[in-house]
Amino acid sequence: MLELTYADALREALREEMLRDPRVVLMGEEIGVFEGVYKVTRGLLKEFGPERVRDTPISEAAIAGAAIGAALAGLKPVAEIMYMDFLPICLDQIATQAAKMHFMSGGKLKVPMVLRTQYSLGRVHGAQHSQFFPSWLFQVPGLKVVLPSTPHDAKGLLKAAIRDEDPVVFIESGVLYRTKGPVPHGEYVTPLGQCDIKKKGDDITIVAVSRVVHEALAAASKLDEQEVTAEVIDPRTIQPLDLATILESVKRTGRLIIASDDVKSGGIGSEIAARVVEEAFDSLDAPILRVASPDTPIPFSPPLEQAYIPNAQKIIEAVKKLTG
Amino acid sequence: MKSVEGVRPSDYAKYGLTGEQLLSMLRKMIEIRRFEERVEQLFLQEGVLIGPSHLYLGQEAVAAGTIGALDDDDLITSTYRGHGHAIAKGIPMNLLMAELFGKATGTCRGLGGSMHVAIYPEKGSLYATAIVGSGIPIATGIGLSLQREGKRRVAMTFFGDGASNTGAFHEGINLACVWKVPVIFVCENNMYAMSTRADYAVAAESVAARAQAYKMRAVVADGNDAVAVYLAAKEVVGLARNGQGPTLLECMTYKLHGHGVYDKGDYRPKEEVEAWLQRDPINGLEAKLLKANLATQADFEQIEKEVAAEVEESVTFAKSSPVLSFDELPKLVYARQ
Repeated sequence: MLELTYADALREALREEMLRDPRVVLMGEEIGVFEGVYKVTRGLLKEFGPERVRDTPISEAAIAGAAIGAALAGLKPVAEIMYMDFLPICLDQIATQAAKMHFMSGGKLKVPMVLRTQYSLGRVHGAQHSQFFPSWLFQVPGLKVVLPSTPHDAKGLLKAAIRDEDPVVFIESGVLYRTKGPVPHGEYVTPLGQCDIKKKGDDITIVAVSRVVHEALAAASKLDEQEVTAEVIDPRTIQPLDLATILESVKRTGRLIIASDDVKSGGIGSEIAARVVEEAFDSLDAPILRVASPDTPIPFSPPLEQAYIPNAQKIIEAVKKLTG
Repeated sequence: MKSVEGVRPSDYAKYGLTGEQLLSMLRKMIEIRRFEERVEQLFLQEGVLIGPSHLYLGQEAVAAGTIGALDDDDLITSTYRGHGHAIAKGIPMNLLMAELFGKATGTCRGLGGSMHVAIYPEKGSLYATAIVGSGIPIATGIGLSLQREGKRRVAMTFFGDGASNTGAFHEGINLACVWKVPVIFVCENNMYAMSTRADYAVAAESVAARAQAYKMRAVVADGNDAVAVYLAAKEVVGLARNGQGPTLLECMTYKLHGHGVYDKGDYRPKEEVEAWLQRDPINGLEAKLLKANLATQADFEQIEKEVAAEVEESVTFAKSSPVLSFDELPKLVYARQ
């Protein structure tokens, strides 16, 4: 095993796929000469040249649209939208164009593109540079939505996303870029649509997403000391969603918490809770709880932001409500 | 900015225009006209077609002239006013009519409808969008793909005067110029975005004038003169093919009827409508062909007869086709489940 940062693991995935397939091209703001605002594309311009690592103007609609057109006509573009907050600028291209093309053409068109973006909640970026709204995309049939939480998953899932034939929105977590983790030597691909059980447990199931996976693991470790064993499941992709693994766990534990950085109303937790109630109501021994961001814009003030975001303590409190 | 007017019929040979070529262009225009008239009838008189539909009546010279200047393996993207592009690019009429009827035999298996009927990659018609302006950056991306492919293919994308006021137009065109992609951006300026006049809503001398801001080649052509459109397109297609980047080609034309099939267009001054009726693109081309002794009235009658049969056949085909099974829908959301 190698020890890589999340950002370097992503870069490895991009580099390996570019070496493997000449159709893979990168495009986005500041990805070439500047090597990405978080250095995910470091060294790639030098290695692959400006034809394949394409700096763009600040034109999100054109970045997404050009990626779509390039994909329709034979390339495999990986476009970068610098902050998830900028994604609504190109939402027409993603949700109304790319997502519909395969269906609306009766299955003829394919849009094999990846739109990488990141959210910076937890990095004191304020209300317009921290937003996380995966459920907006989750509500659009035709898109795939990927949310890696570890360097291992970041690399394996990005390689799978690039090889996929559908438009994939790949949402990275800004606070995780510098975190390190084990990554296997050599080639591997992590399939889209498979949960990963990050920790086994029998007393309660915690489904956690992206950055919050690490908060859930910290919470689970403290709970172990109190002899409450929590199972931590990372869905890794919310579209497609591997509901079977979540259901299997809930049927064993009888208790479910969903923890994620998006606001509580209409978020990932809402959807997973609804599906579990529909499919496994009889297995539940307690209400399902969600640990999420409150329904307000994100505050700048560092202590207020820390109070705002989901953390291990909030997860432990939720677990105690259900097991206490 | 260059302006392309028609050429005198006596000069056709000098411009390399043959009778065969001009007749084939005329035939496309007649196919579009008769198809659209029949579609209008199916909506308004027979009531068997429903939903939004935006007819190409009056703009036939633009599709015939621009697409006539492309090679078969060049790519286009169309819009919600796309029946004309589809016919000009050679998509079989049966499949178009079946799509309008929502049938499984249609270009999009009945899942697209009138506004997306021109999606038919088999004939190089890669996409048709129903969101004004959104096809422009997509065309830039198609151009990038063709540029990298290096086979000298070009892309052509269509949009109206209204689209030139969207952000997607400016972002897409700017990026096309930054990357020098082989794309012809064809603005069909029919003077109205729904009922909003271009001379009110476009705060520029013309749509083509906007190209100056991007140091982009711009050409204005008389969009009701198929020969002028063809000559203008031929030149800029050749430049794109030779690596000389994109062009904004503005074709000045006019909708014969309103915005959509149910719109009578009665917000337009009578004199204006009358004046444009006098400039009917089909009558105009026929008169020129006669003048140049390149065709006879009998040739036109023969075309009309063949086209009428083709249109009727498409209606029969569409009506007798099945609807896709509802169970198929979930299988068509993703290419890879």
